[in-house]
Amino acid sequence: MPEVKIFERPKCMTDVSTHYCPGCTHGIVHRLVAEAIDEFGIQEKTVGVAPVGCAVLMYNYINTDMYEAAHGRAPAVATGCKRVRPDLTVFTYQGDGDLASIGVAEIVHAANRGENITVIFINNAIYGMTGGQMAPTTLLKQKTTTCPYGRDPKVNGYPIRIAEMLATLEAPGYIARVTVARPKYVIKAKEAIKKAFQTQIEEKGFSLVEVLSTCPTNWGMRPAEALKWLEENMIPYYPLGEFKLPD
Amino acid sequence: MSNRVLMKGNEAFAEAAVQAGCKYFFGYPITPQNEIPEYMSKRLPEVGGVYLQAESEVAGINMIFGAAGTGFRTLISSSSPGISLMSEGISYIAAAELPCVIINVMRGGPGLGGILPAQSDYFQATKGGGHGDYRLLVLAPGSLQEATEFIMMAFDLTEFYRNPVMILTDGFMGQMMEAVEFKKVKLGYDIPDVKEWAVGYMAERGKRTLLKSLSLDPEVLEQHNQKLQKKYRLMEEKEVRFESANVDDAEIVIAAYGTTARIAKSAVKKLRDQGIKAGIIRPQSLYPFPYKPFSELPESVKHVLVVEMSCGQMVEDVELGVSRKVPVSFYGRCGGMAPSVEEIEQAAKKALG
Amino acid sequence: MPKGRIEVLEEMCKSCGLCVEACPNKVLKISDRINSKGYRPAEQYKEGCVACKMCAMMCPDVAIEVYRIES
Repeated sequence: MPEVKIFERPKCMTDVSTHYCPGCTHGIVHRLVAEAIDEFGIQEKTVGVAPVGCAVLMYNYINTDMYEAAHGRAPAVATGCKRVRPDLTVFTYQGDGDLASIGVAEIVHAANRGENITVIFINNAIYGMTGGQMAPTTLLKQKTTTCPYGRDPKVNGYPIRIAEMLATLEAPGYIARVTVARPKYVIKAKEAIKKAFQTQIEEKGFSLVEVLSTCPTNWGMRPAEALKWLEENMIPYYPLGEFKLPD
Repeated sequence: MSNRVLMKGNEAFAEAAVQAGCKYFFGYPITPQNEIPEYMSKRLPEVGGVYLQAESEVAGINMIFGAAGTGFRTLISSSSPGISLMSEGISYIAAAELPCVIINVMRGGPGLGGILPAQSDYFQATKGGGHGDYRLLVLAPGSLQEATEFIMMAFDLTEFYRNPVMILTDGFMGQMMEAVEFKKVKLGYDIPDVKEWAVGYMAERGKRTLLKSLSLDPEVLEQHNQKLQKKYRLMEEKEVRFESANVDDAEIVIAAYGTTARIAKSAVKKLRDQGIKAGIIRPQSLYPFPYKPFSELPESVKHVLVVEMSCGQMVEDVELGVSRKVPVSFYGRCGGMAPSVEEIEQAAKKALG
Repeated sequence: MPKGRIEVLEEMCKSCGLCVEACPNKVLKISDRINSKGYRPAEQYKEGCVACKMCAMMCPDVAIEVYRIES
């Protein structure tokens, strides 16, 4: 009987096996970004900016021109590139330590300028690369290696809702929060990532997709448990949805 | 007919960059260099370029990283505390081998220091500033005319070496007015096509480009460092620049750069008028440093006096050059104070005993 | 019901099991083989694949190819 291949690796992903831990959802998001680039047919005119953190090696997996930025500075690097070459599609891919801690000034001002770039923001509520320390998005009572008794708001404040915060600004074109915890969410995440790139292609300004993600290794959970934990704990605090749409 | 125009230093620096074909400037206000971003904000739209005020020096230098990665000419300027903030980014740019020109209009430090001229960022400019084994090519102009020429030349140098070039100047030079003529300065170096490495040319190149500094494999990182070091050795061979006067028969040689050299020149003349055989060596490139004129001083020289608007930084390089053949002494003012002609004269006389 | 099958790029698989969880018809399992990284790749071990792609959508290593069998 004839067969049709209905799912394969996107063209602009390399054949390199990732360094990510088993079950880490970075790989799912990488695929969605790569598929979006393929579907828009813009591989040769796309520039990625890798962060510092686990995704620092993103350039090994997504086959476009790529910068590797200093910690938190990806939106500034993307700004410099896009301002000189507005014909290129420029995206950053940043974790919660990179974007929501050390890089807060850069992300807020890139968003506030309506910089015509796309930001993929991975929120997994922990520092992965450095071994599981507290992130600005770590949930209250969540234990990490630097809040071993659980995050206490009196000491460390509250988890930052980046999507909502940036959506208060006038300039951004598209801001959404999605997750990849189940197939139905993955489909939504893909739509949001495509909308974000579409926003840039149509020159409608800054776009950001926050993706609630897991870190099974540093959460100390099996991959499937981690997805369940995300659904039960992260989504209630970080509601999914679109916070800003292009005019 | 002369094309000389009377201009303020900071504005002349900016115009020189524009005339060198630089259309992209990312900056942040800080005294005493504010006329550079102000001038650029007006001028760059006229040439179809981009002026963007960054949210900080940290962001500004990273915008430069992004802009430089496109292969177009980029400039950023700041003053001492701002350069400290940029140091991380400068290290990344040097590591990723991207071209850009950085102007430091120095002011007094440390810390927030003051807003008046100083030369206390010599170490930062020539010995690092940021982390890791990188170097900047550092040029120190002695007049606004020379500054415009160095800035134009800097764009060729930065592209040839794919290494950031710093123009190290100070608040005096930035704020004073002098007549300048914008002459096209071309080094004639063979500069490779940016399409070989810049972003945005994946189709033409047939493969993508990676502009990065990360090498987790220590062997690869060591090789990368060795490659950078080779460039620095080549700079040391080709890019040493200095000016000297009255050294051949001198008993005392004054070493000074930039603003201080202008004052020292007057002191040399006064000393000569009094029958004291004084000469001057003015390094124009601070990295690579002109060690040779100091290691090959004529027999007549009994003493070298280093004068800086700092507590003594370039003096260490002069000592390396002189290699204890004759005594080296230092005279400096700092914190926004400048040495007077008389003070230098006195220091020279004291040195000669 | 549509019919399908999957192929696992075994060298890419890290044995995380998210595909096994995601499969609505439970036709996947972790195999007994070991790949060069030391992981036991997932496999389709029985009939019943409906080519829904849920396993591939959840695979963080993009190690699954899905085929629809035309009848």
